[in-house]
Amino acid sequence: MSLMLNHISFKPTEEYHLNDISLRFDSGKMYTILGRTLSGKTTLLKTIAGLQTPDSGSINFEDTDFLSIPVWKRNVAMVYQQFINYPHLNVRDNVAFPLKQRKMDANLIEKEVQEAMEKVGLIGFESRKIQELSGGQQQRVALARSLAKKAKILLLDEPLVNLDYKLREGLREEFKKLFNVSDESNSILIYASTDPLEAMQLNGDIIVIDEGKILQTGTAKDVFENPATAKVAEITNDPAMNINKCFIQDNSLIMNDSVQIQIPDELKSIPNGKYLVGIRATDIYLDDQGFAFDVEISEISGSETFLHLRNNNLKCVATIEEVKTYNTNEVVKINFDKSKIYLFEESGDLRHSPYQQ
Amino acid sequence: MPKLYTFLKYFFVVLWACFVIAPFLWAISTSFKDFNSVTGGATYIPWLQFEPTLDGWSVLFKPGSQGGINIIGPYFNSIFVTLTASLISIVLGTLAAYALSRYTFKAGIVKNNDITFFFISQRIMPPVVLSIPFFIFLSSLGLLDSLAGLILVYIVLLMPIAVWIMVDFFNRVPREIDETALIDGCNPFQAFFKVVLPNSVPGMLVAGLFCIIFGWIDFFFAFILTFTKVQLLPVKIVALNSSITPWWSLSAAALVSVAPLIIVAFIVERYLSKGNLSGALK
Repeated sequence: MSLMLNHISFKPTEEYHLNDISLRFDSGKMYTILGRTLSGKTTLLKTIAGLQTPDSGSINFEDTDFLSIPVWKRNVAMVYQQFINYPHLNVRDNVAFPLKQRKMDANLIEKEVQEAMEKVGLIGFESRKIQELSGGQQQRVALARSLAKKAKILLLDEPLVNLDYKLREGLREEFKKLFNVSDESNSILIYASTDPLEAMQLNGDIIVIDEGKILQTGTAKDVFENPATAKVAEITNDPAMNINKCFIQDNSLIMNDSVQIQIPDELKSIPNGKYLVGIRATDIYLDDQGFAFDVEISEISGSETFLHLRNNNLKCVATIEEVKTYNTNEVVKINFDKSKIYLFEESGDLRHSPYQQ
Repeated sequence: MPKLYTFLKYFFVVLWACFVIAPFLWAISTSFKDFNSVTGGATYIPWLQFEPTLDGWSVLFKPGSQGGINIIGPYFNSIFVTLTASLISIVLGTLAAYALSRYTFKAGIVKNNDITFFFISQRIMPPVVLSIPFFIFLSSLGLLDSLAGLILVYIVLLMPIAVWIMVDFFNRVPREIDETALIDGCNPFQAFFKVVLPNSVPGMLVAGLFCIIFGWIDFFFAFILTFTKVQLLPVKIVALNSSITPWWSLSAAALVSVAPLIIVAFIVERYLSKGNLSGALK
């Protein structure tokens, strides 16, 4: 059983929101749609749910034409980024709502609701009003409602993004467990996220989307190690992979007049010419013998420091594994881990990855 | 600083309360006076400064044959017309507003916002402009001097207010609530009645309050569209006026006619503070 999207396009204005999307989702598996804000993630989920009708293309699920079925008969569940619940109902009635709508037997509803509430840890909150809950609890209610439905397709649109850091970490762990449990029920799980780290942690198949177009699909490891294009490399890394113009001449990689590095052996087969060079922020390190860069911005993130650096027209972000304050325009010397260099064609296609065989 | 702030806050609230309450006290005191007490200079305290009398009040309830105006009939007419017109306006207005808020309409260059504006533009016109069309309209329908005719006219006047308030209200209700209802198995009608409507009570109460106020205080249309069979309260009260202005009975009539509005405002206010959508979207 699988959900097939065939050449789905949606162009409400001048720009494509979805551009010729073809995907296959197999039941019992989890997928992460990774893309930046406004890349079309939500539109894609809404199209699968039936809230939006694409201009062209078809959707098939279990050999039926999904587009001819209205939303309320599709048996999907969706959790939004905002905590969407029914404010006039208490927690129990919120969770029971879709089941009552299906006119299920009252005893059965009671059982299913109880089960879903247990899964998300809401026992004891049954008669609370939605307004009396914290953000994390509200999102749990929304999640419980979607789980209670036992829908064949579960759509999660950045469900954790509006929660604070700690809650997010906690809920994400629970999500992973929940999803493993629901694997048995053979539903398709589609999780949209802007956060590469989250996508990697969830460890499902990753679908990279940008400007309504699918850029790459594959396992987390695959997408991380071999991004199909420079754009994918930017989207799937946080901070984004540094992509800069360069040219290769006589075994040196020239980024600008002063930043030139000897290329490692595995790159020697690459002919001279113009390329894009990609270096992860984590593959840049402080080195007294290195290149001088000016600090533009320095931000501390947890136990690391992000340095936004500049050398003439060359800009890059480096992650320094310590907490240190840098002044603006302070000069730091850095070097690049040559064994981790990516090369892309000028068009953006991957030319060389350090993980290539 | 906070002390000064608190002081100023209460100072202005009390000052404002005095401004609002003083006319009421004045009207209450006047309604118990007679001709001599009203014209004989400013007096405030009954029994001490003037002898209270019920003459002003009794005129309101005495039949015409005994020199009164008997407002009981017109009073209930007014309540009936205002409530019926308001109720119909709220029902139709809420449905129209939901459609305008959630669905996209397009007829040439006319779009949702234009339609909403057409509704409210009915209120931009001075009522005088509508008087002759309404008169001709009701007369050709045979509805002049009837409750049904007045209700029809008041719906025209009140529904724009309901639409305007409810469109604004629905625009602030997250669309995702409707969408979630659809995903949870409601068809669009069920989504509206089971989910959107129960959460729209505060908006409907505000719209209802405005409709009741605007319907209740209308004098102009009540005056030109009725003659003898049906009379509304404002028109009847004006009949009190004669060569000598009867301040005492006018005051009594004023108090009687604002009473329903005060009661409605108190009821609505209680629900307004209770209902909110904060749990729907953070």
